[in-house]
Amino acid sequence: MTVRVGVVTFPGSLDDRDALRAVATMGAEPVSIWHGDRDLGGVDAVILPGGFSYGDHLRAGAIARFARVMDAVRAFAHDGGPVLGVCNGFQVLCEAGLLPGALIRNRSLSFVCRWVNLRTENPSGNFTNWPDGEVIQIPIKHGEGQFVADESTLDRLERGGQVALRYCSPSGGVDDGFNPNGAARNIAGIRNQRGNVVGLMPHPEHAVDPDLGPTGGQAVLEWLIASAHARQPEHAVSAR
Amino acid sequence: MDVAPPLHRSLGLTDEEFDAITTRLGREPNRAELAMFSVMWSEHCSYKSSKAHLRTLPTEGPQVLVGPGEDAGVVDLGDGLACVFKMESHSHPSAIEPYQGAATGVGGIVRDVLSMGARPAALLDPLRFGPLDADGGARNRWLFGGVVAGIGGYGNCIGVPTVGGEVKFAPAHSANPTVNVMCLGFARADELLRGRTGSDGDALILIGAGTGRDGIGGVSVLASATLEEDVLASRPSVQIGDPFMEKLLIEACLELRDAGLLAGLKDLGGAGLTCAVSETAAGAGLGAHLDLGAVPTREPGMEPFEILISESQERMLAVVRPDRVPDVERVCARWGLAASRVGTLRRGQGLRVTSAGNLLADVPPPALADEGPEYHRPASRPDWLDALREDDPIRRPPPASLEEAFLAVLGSPNVASKRWAFEQYDQLVQGQTLVPPGGDAAVIRLEGTLKAVAVASDGNGRYGFLDPYLGGAHAVAEAARNVACTGARPLAITNCLNFGNPERPEVMWQFAETIRGIGDTCRTLGTPVTGGNVSFYNESGGSAIWPTPVVGMLGLLEDYRLRLGIGFPDADLLVYLLGATRAELGGSQYAETVLGMVSGPPPALDLDAEGRLIDLLVRAAGADLLASAHDCSEGGLAIAVAEAAIAGDVGVRIGSGSTGNHVALFSESASRALVTAWPGRERELQRVAEQMGVPFERVGITGGPSIEFEGLFGVSVQDALVVYEGAIPSLMSARATDRG
Repeated sequence: MTVRVGVVTFPGSLDDRDALRAVATMGAEPVSIWHGDRDLGGVDAVILPGGFSYGDHLRAGAIARFARVMDAVRAFAHDGGPVLGVCNGFQVLCEAGLLPGALIRNRSLSFVCRWVNLRTENPSGNFTNWPDGEVIQIPIKHGEGQFVADESTLDRLERGGQVALRYCSPSGGVDDGFNPNGAARNIAGIRNQRGNVVGLMPHPEHAVDPDLGPTGGQAVLEWLIASAHARQPEHAVSAR
Repeated sequence: MDVAPPLHRSLGLTDEEFDAITTRLGREPNRAELAMFSVMWSEHCSYKSSKAHLRTLPTEGPQVLVGPGEDAGVVDLGDGLACVFKMESHSHPSAIEPYQGAATGVGGIVRDVLSMGARPAALLDPLRFGPLDADGGARNRWLFGGVVAGIGGYGNCIGVPTVGGEVKFAPAHSANPTVNVMCLGFARADELLRGRTGSDGDALILIGAGTGRDGIGGVSVLASATLEEDVLASRPSVQIGDPFMEKLLIEACLELRDAGLLAGLKDLGGAGLTCAVSETAAGAGLGAHLDLGAVPTREPGMEPFEILISESQERMLAVVRPDRVPDVERVCARWGLAASRVGTLRRGQGLRVTSAGNLLADVPPPALADEGPEYHRPASRPDWLDALREDDPIRRPPPASLEEAFLAVLGSPNVASKRWAFEQYDQLVQGQTLVPPGGDAAVIRLEGTLKAVAVASDGNGRYGFLDPYLGGAHAVAEAARNVACTGARPLAITNCLNFGNPERPEVMWQFAETIRGIGDTCRTLGTPVTGGNVSFYNESGGSAIWPTPVVGMLGLLEDYRLRLGIGFPDADLLVYLLGATRAELGGSQYAETVLGMVSGPPPALDLDAEGRLIDLLVRAAGADLLASAHDCSEGGLAIAVAEAAIAGDVGVRIGSGSTGNHVALFSESASRALVTAWPGRERELQRVAEQMGVPFERVGITGGPSIEFEGLFGVSVQDALVVYEGAIPSLMSARATDRG
């Protein structure tokens, strides 16, 4: 059965239509979800897209976490449903407490839009369908993408294999010269302990169409769709 | 004893204009009416000094769906698709408050495109500043940094990619930066809206932000007078932008359009509610009632005239059939937007403005919208021009080191990479950017089709300064060439004409000559003018900016898979220079950078030769003969070769025959392009070029780690990249120690 992927539109979401298009490009069924909805319409996965929800008033993501739909997103995530937050969506996930840490203003103090190299991480192999040690290209575009957390949280993330993507050199080396925003330990994306909630600053939805550049975003969306597929009832039954 | 000047003068109206208003009304205007006339008859809104000249421009063609006069021009892209586009200036506000000035410029141009019923799809920002390093560099760095941050701060928040524009630096722009903004959008031709429509009884619904005291007199005080010492006192005339509100406005208006709820849509920009209502009523041939008490205001106690002319941002006026008003309110509420019924179109009356039942103004809408004054201002050629043109850099000895000259030109801020600026812009949102900033033209795909548009903006200040006719002509020709270098067929232009004080005869002469150059070139190339904007009074202390016509050219690619980039895509490709090189260094980047001269005659322009080159590029790209194409202009062949090598990260060897000396390397002869041919297609390219009468020369072959000019010098691609990419970041790094 085709996987249905919901994309939430908050007031001020910008990459929502791009995420819907990318989902279709990857062969899943895109479903638009409104911030005022009480439920997710039975989708198999959720994307919180990029943008400036509620104008980034107070702080990026600080108001979106109170949107009505977020109760349903929280419940879906607690139930193990796959959730991907991109850029502003990552900020919302942190504000909502679904992911640790926070995203602050870039070290340069300027918005930055550029293609970056990213190293995928899944050292223990615990997180199905997420590659480990591959270098992929995806663009970033943000003013507040510097991931920060206290040292013990960062250590815990490393130990639990919760770092999903790191900014790196073209050959995969992680050093500060390839860190576009000053993120702690070059972290571009993280996952929760269970691995079903992922937040990224890079925009995979802008890296799936070969006409527009490299297609490093396909790996991220493939993870989302495969995770959703694995949870579908008939699949669960046959797996038993 | 000081006597306060009459009100009309302090509002920017002359005594003659005041008399004309009195004659038209048959009585003296009251205070509110005077405020309305002062903004609508301002230079900015009425084009009173320019319209006699603008009328000479070609505006028609089979591709033009909507020409000048609406909020934006519209061009037919075939298959029922249309492109809406427009450029305008926000220089005066940006000189005072660069971040908000540039940000609200973006907001305004986006609403112009939206008001035609199109989804805004791309932004371009042609910018001119004073030098970043000379005396006054700190202020120029503050302006450049603030304008770029403002463009990004607004554009990045509304989901419209910024895909192009140019940045140039010249001392003449130190006191008066030039900030132009261009937007294009797409719609189906059958869903286009017009501002100037409506029927008797239609409701006028004001959607979006509240009306405040910001931007009072923006068009009359700021944009229609020169900036002098007390410039910071004008800060209250600069509007403040709220891009979040703009994003909601875009989505709500497009939803209203899709639901068929709009009879018309009008942007509230310069001159605010007065402009939107009077133009809507005049366009429909109707009168209107406007109730100021129904306008949501940001603060209590606003004077009626303030509500009438406030330029508060993020507001649109919808013309709605009475029975559709509740549906419109429902859609707006869903997006969290206020929708207030502020008036009604009425047959058989003027524009009647009331508040709490009192009649405040009663004016015939055409008197405001269409019957502004028209001036035929005196024009005369400045006497300083001859001596300047006599001093031709071609007569100077060659540079001591060609390699040093090459690196100096490559690293000059005009030529060097503008990545520092465009990396601060979201270039990718909406997912259709095939060619991002950095190429000759940006290429944007039309979703779900094979079509794409190519769009470029151009204008060479030095050429305009030395010969305004050629400045206008080259701006069109180079923009067309840039578009054609992607393989797209140039279709039509918009423009922004940035000049000094039109009351000075030499400025008026520069303006008239520029228009003549634009008109002749557009006629020859078949690219009509669909609209644009005139920005006068860009001067301080009697010193004007260079005549700066900026042309925004739109082109169409029928199959985006055949698009071309500027970079050498591979090694072992033959490199051709299309077009003829003449000994032309007047007004060149070489002369400015290496000789310190802005003088001599600018390159000649043979319009027929330009047309043939453009036809050849389009045809060769369409037949898939070309692997890359790059306009050869500023910095000449040497810089074109370097940029193509850097962009492709592929070296090149240029033979000695074509580049024997500094003239061949740096001449800026027009109507030339540097191309590579796909292997095996060289003979066909030569055949087509011969057939079309375009001179061509095989100048080299790609490959290797360096840019080699045989017998002269060589520079590694990596070293060239460092110079090219490093120049602007290095200059802007001084900001860290600039005093705030």
